[in-house]
Amino acid sequence: MNWLTNFVRPKIKALVGGEAKLAAPDNLWVKCPNCEQMLFHRDLEANLQVCSFCNHHLRIGPETRLKLLFDDGEFEKHALSKAVVDPLKFKDRKRYADRLKETQAKQGEGDALWVASGRMGGKPAVAAVFDFNFMGGSMGIAVGEGIVMGARLAVEKRCPFIVFPASGGARMQEGILSLMQMPRTTVAVQDVKEAGLPYIVVLTDPTTGGVTASFAMLGDIAIAEPGAVIGFAGQRVIQDTIREALPDGFQRAEYLLDHGIIDMVVHRHQLRDTLMRIMALLGEGRPLPNLPAVSANANAGVQRLAGAMRVK
Amino acid sequence: MTAFLDFEQPIAELEGKILELRHMSEGKDVNIAEEVSRLEVKVEKLLKQTYGKLSAWQKVQVARHPNRPHCLDYIGKLIAEFTPLAGDRGFAEDAAIVGGLGRFRGTSVMVIGQEKGHDTETRIKHNFGMAKPEGYRKAQRLMHLADRFNLPVITLVDTAGAYPGVGAEERGQAEAIARSIDTCLGLHVPLISVIIGEGGSGGAVALAAANRVLMLEHSVYSVISPEGCASILWRSPEQSKEAAEALKLTADDLLELGVIDTIVPEPLGGAHRDTAVAVSAVGDAIEKELAALRPLAGEELRRTRREKFLAMGQVGLA
Ligand SMILES: [Zn+2]
Repeated sequence: MNWLTNFVRPKIKALVGGEAKLAAPDNLWVKCPNCEQMLFHRDLEANLQVCSFCNHHLRIGPETRLKLLFDDGEFEKHALSKAVVDPLKFKDRKRYADRLKETQAKQGEGDALWVASGRMGGKPAVAAVFDFNFMGGSMGIAVGEGIVMGARLAVEKRCPFIVFPASGGARMQEGILSLMQMPRTTVAVQDVKEAGLPYIVVLTDPTTGGVTASFAMLGDIAIAEPGAVIGFAGQRVIQDTIREALPDGFQRAEYLLDHGIIDMVVHRHQLRDTLMRIMALLGEGRPLPNLPAVSANANAGVQRLAGAMRVK
Repeated sequence: MTAFLDFEQPIAELEGKILELRHMSEGKDVNIAEEVSRLEVKVEKLLKQTYGKLSAWQKVQVARHPNRPHCLDYIGKLIAEFTPLAGDRGFAEDAAIVGGLGRFRGTSVMVIGQEKGHDTETRIKHNFGMAKPEGYRKAQRLMHLADRFNLPVITLVDTAGAYPGVGAEERGQAEAIARSIDTCLGLHVPLISVIIGEGGSGGAVALAAANRVLMLEHSVYSVISPEGCASILWRSPEQSKEAAEALKLTADDLLELGVIDTIVPEPLGGAHRDTAVAVSAVGDAIEKELAALRPLAGEELRRTRREKFLAMGQVGLA
C-alpha cells in the first residue's frame, strides 16, 4: 500500500484540505477514523463499511443498515406517526423548534428513527434503526412513538422485532417527556415479548444514557458491534466523579462482553446470518400461539406473512 | 441548625433578630413579646411572598435542601414495624436505596426509596442517594417479593441520579435501571411513587413507573440536572437558572404535562421548615391513593399502569 499512503494520500489531503470527510458521496476516499488509512469508497462499501486494515466498524446510517439487514436489501419503510412537536416550547441559545426543523431539512427525515419491515431468509421481520446524525440519535416523543409502532407491527405480523440503537440518550429539549419515553418504550417491548416473539437488540456505536437504560438493555438477545461504545453515564461525567483514568477499552462492546452485560460481539459481516440463525432457533422451541384477535381484522397480507412464519 | 438558601437571606436575618432578642432578654425583666410577634408576622409574610413564587431554579435548591426530610424520615414516621431488607443477592448491599416491609397506617406494604443521608457519615454511607446497579437490583427483588405476596409498593424518590462510576458501568447500570422500569411496569399490586426531593433522570424513573406519581410541591423531576443541561446546551453551567426554567421540572409543570397525578402541598417555607407536617401530608396523600387502588384487581392495576406510560407524550398535549 506504499503507493497509496505515499502518493495518493498526500494528494487527497491537498485536495480536500487535510481531512477527508466521512462517507461524503463526492469523496472517493474515506479516512478510517481509527487507523487513519485511506479507504476507497467502493471497497469500503463492498466491505460493509468495515475498515479492511484494522476492522474498525464505521458508523452507518439507517438506510445502509436496513439494506444490509433484509433479503436483497429490500424493505418497506414505515413513516413515523405525527408526534407532538416541541411540547415544552424549549429554547436554549436557539429555539428547539428551529433546531428540529433545520435537522429535518438537512437529514430529510422526520426524526431520529427509521422503522421498516422486510424479510430475512424469507421470513418477516420488523426493524427499528436509530439515526445518530439526527440530533445524536436522541430519544424524544417521536422516537418513542416509533419504537411503539415498530413493536406493534412486529406483534401484528407475528415476527421478531430487531432494534439498532445509536443514541446519546434522551432528547433533553423535550424535558421530562423524553424521560417518560423510557417506561413507554419498555411497555412496547414487553408487548413483543409477551406475544412470544423474539426481541433482539443490536447495540451500535454509540449507545448511551436513557436509551441504554430502557428498551436497549431489555433484549431477549443483546448483540453489539465490535468497538461500539455502550454505557449509561458519559465518560466525562464518570471521570469528573471518580477523578482517575478510565480503564482501557472501558464501555466498549468487548468490555461489556467480558463483564457479562451482552451476549455477543458480532462482526458486521456475520451479523445478518447470526440474527437469522438466532431467530430460527428461538422460533423452533415454541410454536407461535394462535393468532390473537388483532390479526382477525388485519389485512390479508399480514395474515399471509404470519402464515409464512409458521411454515418452517 | 437551620441552613438557609441564598434567596432566604432576608428571612434568615429576621429570624436571627428574633433569636437575638430572645437571647438578650433571657433572665431579664423586659417585655420583648410585642417586638418578637411583630417580627414573626414579618417573617411569615416574607415566607409567603418568597415561597409563593419560587422560580424553577429556587425549587431545585429547595428540593436539595440539606434539612429537607429524606426517605428515612418518612419511613420513620409513616411505616410501623419497618423491617429493612438488604442486598441484591448477587453482588452487594447498596444503602443508597433503602427498602423493606412495614405497616403503613395499618396496611402491610413494601417501601423502597433513595436515601441521601443527613450528615457526612450518613451521606457517605448512603452514597448521597446515588444508587449503583445492586441498589436497583435490590429494588427489583423487593418489588417481585411484594408482587408475590400481594403487598402494595410505595416508592420514595430522592436522587440526583444513578451513580456514574466505573464499577457501576461494569455491573450494568443501564441494564439495572431498565430492568427496574420493566419490573415497575409488570407489577400486579398497587405502585405509588412520591417524588419527595430530587427526581434525577433515569435513576429516578427506575422507581417511579407507578400507578400514581405524587410530587411534593417544591420537588423537582427532570431528564437532566439544570447544571448538566446548561453545560451541554448553553455550554456554560452558569446558565443553570435558564436551563431549570426551560426544562419544566416543577410539580406544576409536570402536573400540566400529565406526568404526575397529584401535588402534595408543603408547609410554609418548604418541607425543611416543618418535617412533621410535610411527612404527614405525604402520608395522607398516599393513604388516599392507596384506598383508591386497593380494590382494583392485579391485572387491572398492571394494565392501567402500562396504558398510562404507553401514552406518555400524547395525552393532554395534542
Ligand atoms: Zn482502520
